[in-house]
Amino acid sequence: MTDHLLRLDDVRATLRLRDGEQTLLNGVSLEIGAGEALGLVGESGSGKSLTTRAITRMLDPAFRVSGEILFDGASVPRMNAQALRRYRQRDVGMIFQDPRAHVNPVHRVGDFLTEALVRDRGVDRRTAERRAVALLDEVGVRNPEHRLRQYPHELSGGLLQRVMIASVLLAEPKLILADEPTTALDVTAQSDVMAILDEQRRARGLALLFITHDLELAAACCDRLAVMYAGEIVEQGAHVYDAPTHPYTIELLGARPSIDHRVERLPVLRYDRAAHELLKTEAS
Amino acid sequence: MTGNDHHAATRTTDEPIVAARGLRKVYPGPTKGDPVIAVDDVSFELYPNECLAIVGESGSGKTTVARMLVGLETLTEGEIEVRGESRARGARRLADRRRWASEVQYVFQDPYSSLNARQRVGDIVATSVGLHAGASATRRDVRTRALDILDRVGLDDRFAEKHPHQLSGGQRQRVAIARALAADPAVIVLDEAVAALDVSIQAQILNLLADIRASREVSYLFISHDLAVVNQISERMIVMEQGRVVDQGRTAELLADPVHPYTRALRAAVPRPGWKPVRRERLAS
Repeated sequence: MTDHLLRLDDVRATLRLRDGEQTLLNGVSLEIGAGEALGLVGESGSGKSLTTRAITRMLDPAFRVSGEILFDGASVPRMNAQALRRYRQRDVGMIFQDPRAHVNPVHRVGDFLTEALVRDRGVDRRTAERRAVALLDEVGVRNPEHRLRQYPHELSGGLLQRVMIASVLLAEPKLILADEPTTALDVTAQSDVMAILDEQRRARGLALLFITHDLELAAACCDRLAVMYAGEIVEQGAHVYDAPTHPYTIELLGARPSIDHRVERLPVLRYDRAAHELLKTEAS
Repeated sequence: MTGNDHHAATRTTDEPIVAARGLRKVYPGPTKGDPVIAVDDVSFELYPNECLAIVGESGSGKTTVARMLVGLETLTEGEIEVRGESRARGARRLADRRRWASEVQYVFQDPYSSLNARQRVGDIVATSVGLHAGASATRRDVRTRALDILDRVGLDDRFAEKHPHQLSGGQRQRVAIARALAADPAVIVLDEAVAALDVSIQAQILNLLADIRASREVSYLFISHDLAVVNQISERMIVMEQGRVVDQGRTAELLADPVHPYTRALRAAVPRPGWKPVRRERLAS
């Protein structure tokens, strides 16, 4: 009924507080086609990470969530426990900013990589390890057999992030949610990890939702961009980086220092909540 | 002996404030006889009123160098002088430590962990003012000066009564900069001081750092891995790789036409219009 792999329609998340309510996602709508990469760009507090949590239904129970989320035509909010578990395990793979916070430090890399395959998919241990070794090799980890026997603390950040990518690919999902996967890395490791993610995703025809604060990085790795401000997507499309039309996007692009030239003063964003509300009132 | 002597008369523009020669830092390794060389033969000079950037990847030793300058790390070998006075052996007396701190201040990367959560913002800055103001300053002088400094970093009177948890990341970093300014230092070490901030806030803080330099004489030692930020703020840079200085020069020239392969690699990895991520050779580490 739809050719979109993932579709969010007017998703709202409201936090109930002692004194009133706070709407942190304010009508987010977006679509990702199979094999497509969408960059979700915004500053801290804009709601981009909340959006990924809404997609996996991992928002805190204190949130009141409304709107529709369709994955492969199935409604995520209406999934029963079993369907939700399957959706999280098999359909969506997640890569986070800090890989160290998402691996068990007392388990070896090999156990981390093969656990899901052995436990949930009935793959025997030796086959799972063979697959893990092949994938580590594909994501550029040298001497993968040795890595399987190491602990996470023995690996650098860039290397561990590649292990995370390998673990996501092992589960063979249809969509990868990558939440600031390179923010903790150096520029060189960032370039490397993004190249690997891009290459592997394309080779397998996986869709990607790439969450980042870096417009330039998102533009380089995604087919389309969506810019978030205050829980709303203010602008989205393939044009956003080259020809932005929303004042917030334009100001955000201008505020970043350039490696090619130096300016007397960096332009400071004038766009704020008041300007945002005013613009919305004018538009409606 | 006056602890706050500024030696202003003896300074010329040709004399460096900070001179580091042959800095070396060796940590005991995971196994005996397998030491980790974090910093290896690093030399540099920091002149009055300039911004020198140290760039490199994580693990290149850039933060260790900065920490050696303020005495947070000891030196295995080498010499580090501030205004001709050696700091290589560490401070012996409290008076020395205090005077040294008034010459070189440090702003850390993470404004969430570098401020005392139990202190009000006004007190954080006033403590630093009080430490370096000398005995003649009254509590009222100290308070007035703290508020004045907060105002200079763009935080008005209302902020003085707040606690750090009530502030945003950018505001906290302003407090950290105010605390550094409160010592009236000749050098401020900025260790990835804008790396954790949003682009819009980063621009504000970089402008603030430029404004501070326009209003008073101060030198920055700016530690960063972000070459675009380094291009915006620094006049000279040194490039570190695995503990060694591999390249140095004027920032604009070095970035416009990098010759050293490592500097080229760092520059090539910065996202910009038309850029695509490139996969490196397989990593061993």
